[in-house]
Amino acid sequence: MQEEHKMWRRYLMWFAHEHMDFRHAEMYSIISLLNIPVKFVEKPCVQKPYWIVELPSEDCVRKIASRSVLLKNCIELWSRARTEVQLHDNLKKSLNNSTGSWVLGEKKDGISDTCLCPKELIESSLSPKKTFKVDVETFCKHFTMKEKVEKIEKFSYLPMRGPVKLRNPDVTLAYLEFYGVDPNDVPEKPYDVFFGKWIADGQRDLIQVHSLKKRQFIGNTSMDAQLAIIMANQAQVKLGDMVLDPFVGSGSLLVAAAHFGAYVWGSDIDYLMLHGRTRPTRVGQKIRTKDESIRGNMRQYGTEARYLDVVVSDFSLHNWKPGLKFDAIITDPPYGVREPTEKIGIEKENYTLSEHHLPNHVPSKVEYGLSHIYSDLLNFAATYLEMGRRLVCWFPLVREEYQEEQLPSHPCLKLVGNSEQVISKLAARRLLTYEKITDDVPNMPLDPNAGVHNFREKYFTMGESTRRERKEKRAGEVAAYLAAKMAASRTDAT
Amino acid sequence: MKLITHNMLTSKCLKGVMTGYPLAINATDIKVTEVDFNPEFITRVIPKLDWEVLWAAANSIGHGEGLPKTLEPKFEENEDLLKKVHKVLLEVEVEEGNLTCPESGRQFPISKGIPNMLLTEAEVQ
Ligand SMILES: C[S@@+](CC[C@H](N)C(=O)[O-])C[C@H]1O[C@@H](n2cnc3c(N)ncnc32)[C@H](O)[C@@H]1O
Repeated sequence: MQEEHKMWRRYLMWFAHEHMDFRHAEMYSIISLLNIPVKFVEKPCVQKPYWIVELPSEDCVRKIASRSVLLKNCIELWSRARTEVQLHDNLKKSLNNSTGSWVLGEKKDGISDTCLCPKELIESSLSPKKTFKVDVETFCKHFTMKEKVEKIEKFSYLPMRGPVKLRNPDVTLAYLEFYGVDPNDVPEKPYDVFFGKWIADGQRDLIQVHSLKKRQFIGNTSMDAQLAIIMANQAQVKLGDMVLDPFVGSGSLLVAAAHFGAYVWGSDIDYLMLHGRTRPTRVGQKIRTKDESIRGNMRQYGTEARYLDVVVSDFSLHNWKPGLKFDAIITDPPYGVREPTEKIGIEKENYTLSEHHLPNHVPSKVEYGLSHIYSDLLNFAATYLEMGRRLVCWFPLVREEYQEEQLPSHPCLKLVGNSEQVISKLAARRLLTYEKITDDVPNMPLDPNAGVHNFREKYFTMGESTRRERKEKRAGEVAAYLAAKMAASRTDAT
Repeated sequence: MKLITHNMLTSKCLKGVMTGYPLAINATDIKVTEVDFNPEFITRVIPKLDWEVLWAAANSIGHGEGLPKTLEPKFEENEDLLKKVHKVLLEVEVEEGNLTCPESGRQFPISKGIPNMLLTEAEVQ
């Protein structure tokens, strides 16, 4: 019997240094979706833009990289140390490591400085027939081309016998130096150095491809491409899923979901938005073109085949049949700052409408408070999600009042992701990910804990008071300036 | 509006309406566009459908041809059938027309392919 070579490989996963609070949530959603076992060689730390992990195969690395938008790239790690000297020392010793597996050095503070990779790892990649190049990347410190070449030359002891090729070589080797994350405090020597073979890039390019700047149809609350992709990942969207956004707007979340293979529905209370007839969002554009629609966007990105429909509908009175189950619900409800939070209704009593103006009637609306929206949304998700599937939604809050216990909750939904995006000094929004854990849905009354009822009010009053303060301060300065001038002119006169 | 959407929509948001399902379709403009066939998706969707409603809806707008009235148990092995279901669910679209609530007779307009299920403020009082 031939036993397969079961050595797990060690990888360096390098992340973009932004949306740090989302890294863990995005990656965990992806690895659990793909069902990939990951062993951490070193405990991840948000301050460092990298993870060091062990994975069963290269295929796993490629799969993860095909999804993550926060991941920059993955390197098969051959050597890692805290000094350049140690790194080279390890690599040289690795060339004699014929045990067929990693020789692990002793750990200090959870990190080992002297791990030796098996020599096959190096030799199999450096055959004379394979073209190669070496990339140098330095994080938080700039080096000239010449300095980088000098760094590369230090690896001359490696048996690199193939021809060098800078464009699309068979093998790309990578040398990375990490100088911390504080540009105001860059050390002389790097904190951490890495060497290995490049395996795959993450989905950073998709941010440009899906950029709102080049998208046909956008609204003034369209979601940034990167965040929309993170949401689709956290919703664990996969090929053939049925996904709903009940506050769909211009459909930016559906674009991301469809990219990963979902068939998508959207609904929104705004008739003009769904018909692409709201005032153009782009500066300088007078009228919307014919193709400006959610469907047009999906056509633009080649996913029109997965466009199901959009429906004009008030979420507080939705129209989905009982028993229908979605694979994911991804949404950005209105916060009442850039768009009103409304539902159909009227405060007058015994109001009636005559039959004949029904078709074109634009109904009047009443306030749809945030606590109602989220309570409706969680109840809806508890009923309309497939078991084990997810609701991913944004939730606005005033930062200093944040308490995790006060986030919207529901007995059928488990909060599995909670990442903050800071919007201003005062306000933030959190991306909440809930997983449906039971099918036994009680009907929940309005969640009294949804302590957000007046986010809009708070947001504006706090913004207002600082504006007023600024005004007062300015007025004070002007007064002082005038007083000084007057005093000066008085002395002049004497 | 595609028939897959019709199969999932109700008018139960109306006061006094119990199920509001299925909505009757009155189509004045229908368009058929080609959509990539994905048998896995169709296989996954079929159990979520009310088959009789799909059958009746397709026939009511003149696109029921070849669709069996009852679903055979091993539908996933019948590629011909999956293709027909694909066509009826995803390729046939009602561009203009109405949906009518089976209980109250209330009509919901479909324009440019988008159904408008909004009620008036009088109806939600
Ligand atoms: C933050 S925006 C969503 C933007 C969207 N993600 C996009 O890509 O354009 C919130 C949307 O909710 C809609 N909305 C507000 N109240 C609603 C209600 N009661 N039912 C359904 N949609 C509603 C608004 O018309 C708006 O388009």
